[in-house]
Amino acid sequence: MSHSSDSLVAHHFEDIEQQNESAVLGMWLFLGQEIMFFGGLFAVYLVYRFKYPDAWAAGSTDLDITLGTFNTVVLLVSSLTMAMGVWSAQTGRQKSLIRYLLATLVLGSTFLVVKFFEYKHKWDYHHVPGPSFSFQSEHFPNAAESNVQLFYTLYFIMTGMHALHMVIGAGLLIWLIVLAWKGKFGPHNFMKVELTGFYWHFVDIVWVFLFPLLYLINRHH
Amino acid sequence: MAQHVVPPSTYVKVFGGLTILMILTVVMAFFNLGVLNPVVALTIAILKALLIVLFFMNVKYSSKLTMIFVACGFFWLLIMFFLIMPDYISREWLTPAIPW
Repeated sequence: MSHSSDSLVAHHFEDIEQQNESAVLGMWLFLGQEIMFFGGLFAVYLVYRFKYPDAWAAGSTDLDITLGTFNTVVLLVSSLTMAMGVWSAQTGRQKSLIRYLLATLVLGSTFLVVKFFEYKHKWDYHHVPGPSFSFQSEHFPNAAESNVQLFYTLYFIMTGMHALHMVIGAGLLIWLIVLAWKGKFGPHNFMKVELTGFYWHFVDIVWVFLFPLLYLINRHH
Repeated sequence: MAQHVVPPSTYVKVFGGLTILMILTVVMAFFNLGVLNPVVALTIAILKALLIVLFFMNVKYSSKLTMIFVACGFFWLLIMFFLIMPDYISREWLTPAIPW
């Protein structure tokens, strides 16, 4: 083992491998908690989708599938740039690390801007749950307005919590870019980049499930 | 265990797979498959999640202990769904049979 990695090992670890392994396990414990957090929201979604299928179809058909698909592509590309950032850190490519982290940050911000315009559109059309909520569906006459309101409540909570995670992820990326700028990362010290990558990919996975469950119900009508 | 560095070519291939699956899920949503629509959508979503976890999150090259941690996370989620759904689905089955 080289001296450059010796100085990075905290006194309670045997070596750098054990230290890195512990960090990975700790991150997965945190992500396990995140799985249960979003899992609870998905469970509520599932229970009410069984109870009010027409309202779910009506609400879903009104979401903008073009913007939803666009955002899905944006997030997938951002996961690729994040993975390439981890590779750059592992192989000691400082400039390409900064470039890939910046690209990930720009893509994440793009997602949030598109999400903002989707929310704004819902606000303008009174599709935000609350006293002024109003919804008429030509294709689904059986969908009660109050049940469609429940769909939109879940839509805003689920995509809102997802967007909050994206904002936190963007903050972490800025922190990494500053550290990378100072030359803090290299082949023996890349765990901060790797674990932020885990978090970023996890948020991508949540969207992988949100997109079909919210945007793609009953598109064939 | 030494850290495994995944080459960029693997990441690009995984990204290609994810893109194909994403196009597939949008296209399939416009066909009327009846009850199979949500099944197809969820199967594709699970495949995408598997690709991301195994390759982007390096679990394929991780230690056995890490794999157990990851599997537990998703297994606990399944326990939650399998306990909640039978309850809510079957609640209204009994309503007409109860006279009071």
